[in-house]
Amino acid sequence: MGNRVGIVGVGQTHHRSKRSDVNGQEIINEAVSRALAGAELTIEEIDAVVIGNMDHFEGINYVDMWSVDGSGGYMKPIMKVTTGGTTGSTVAAAGYYQAASGLFDTVLAIGWEKNSESDTSAAIATCANPILERETFAGAIGPLAAEYSMYMKKYGATEDDAHLAAVRDHNNGANNPYAHLRKRVTLDDVRNSPMLAYPIRLLDMCPRSDGACAVIYASENKARKITDTPAWVVTTTTRHDYTHFGDADWTIMQTLEEASKAAYKKAGIKDPLHEFDVMELYLPASSCAVKWMESLGVCERGEAPELIREGVTDMDGELPVNPSGGVICTNPIGATALIRVAEAALQIMGKADKRQVPDVEKALATGFGGCSWSDVMVLSSSKPR
Amino acid sequence: MKEEKKELLEVHYGKEQLYNWHCGPYWSKFLAEIRDNEKIYGIKCPKCGRVYMPPRSVCGRCFTEMNEWVELGNEGVIDGFTVVKFPYINPSTGEMKNIPFTSVWIRLDGADTCLIHYLDEKDEEKIEVGMRVKAVFREDKKGDLYYDIKHFKIADRFKYD
Repeated sequence: MGNRVGIVGVGQTHHRSKRSDVNGQEIINEAVSRALAGAELTIEEIDAVVIGNMDHFEGINYVDMWSVDGSGGYMKPIMKVTTGGTTGSTVAAAGYYQAASGLFDTVLAIGWEKNSESDTSAAIATCANPILERETFAGAIGPLAAEYSMYMKKYGATEDDAHLAAVRDHNNGANNPYAHLRKRVTLDDVRNSPMLAYPIRLLDMCPRSDGACAVIYASENKARKITDTPAWVVTTTTRHDYTHFGDADWTIMQTLEEASKAAYKKAGIKDPLHEFDVMELYLPASSCAVKWMESLGVCERGEAPELIREGVTDMDGELPVNPSGGVICTNPIGATALIRVAEAALQIMGKADKRQVPDVEKALATGFGGCSWSDVMVLSSSKPR
Repeated sequence: MKEEKKELLEVHYGKEQLYNWHCGPYWSKFLAEIRDNEKIYGIKCPKCGRVYMPPRSVCGRCFTEMNEWVELGNEGVIDGFTVVKFPYINPSTGEMKNIPFTSVWIRLDGADTCLIHYLDEKDEEKIEVGMRVKAVFREDKKGDLYYDIKHFKIADRFKYD
């Protein structure tokens, strides 16, 4: 077991489709400054920095170096972590590990992206084998669409089942001032939105955003001095499976299933549906919002469509999912999974304003990345054992 | 105070460096068999028995070296599919992809994993998970998986063409 660590500060930009008013360093600096201000800390009080974004997106690969002026990493230990879609949650895990090791008191974790600086689907497609899979691998949308065709066939789920989850996330996003998409939508709006890749429509899919997020971890003693309401990290777990996309059984998400099982075991959680008060999940498409609930052990296989239809995951349901509007409303990819951790922390701290779920004691945050990486982090209002 | 008008510049870069990807012995044999004999090979793990396509040297699950080549069928079953309709750049060429196209995940006869390739049918109403499909090879071949196999066709329609 590592030392106890709490999240004491969270900052994010107001995410947009294109932030041509700032460059990469400047957008990073916005999030870092907001996190420091929120925690009432100065950069001098930060002992180490972990930063990440997507390989290839901005065409600049040594982000740990060129971001230094904005990140606050000057003359500090900096490590870069990039794991594709999960970059943000792996940055979160790495920041936690550093603080939990006892070697650093305060660690700043940063995720960011300027998706508008390149073609997102092309950049994502570079993760697929260039000789044997990339040709028909259409960014993230193509494989997620194909996955849902498999799930629908196996369990009789429908396109509407996914659309309903899109409605939930979009309408939640309207309550989040930081969200990129903040427009309320109806089921018909989703049904009638343009088809991107059968069966995924425009309003089913995450946008591409410019934005950054920063999270500050502090050791137990330091955390107490900074805030009365830290979001304690109970545990974090990562699982990865294959190189080739054609290797996996896509009717489930095995890495998410294994990662969450392992995290629940460490956290002593037996009934995730009732023991968690809120979940901030990396659901890149509404189809994932259906089938991945099964992988998270919230319901049995094939039961997720009913769970969504009955409103169990709505803001007034038993287990609100994505009060922030989730990834379908905001997606600066290298920051996306860190925003899940940040939003879950805000829920624990009671600082989520209009999107606050009442009395949150336990929250789950997840990250998702290609083929196929899952990260989960459990946060709690009470100090872990 | 008069507000200063900000000019925000954007600098465009078009060309990137070229890459030479090395296939190694397993992918080379796989591609050469398609090119020379129109045969698709997988490889079997001696420990778990899974037949991997594309072949590779190590079973990731068992961390065991694989040497048993298995000839697979040129037909298989659709595991999943999507008809891609949104525009994006092919990162290997820098050109826009021709859309729409159908990306189909095929479990070839004898394989435990899927090949991801083109299906010539572009109407999602006419495609179903579970349908049988068959590879269509080109006359001239050059060791390129997505050239030598032009696309897959729905197998029960194949015989009428």
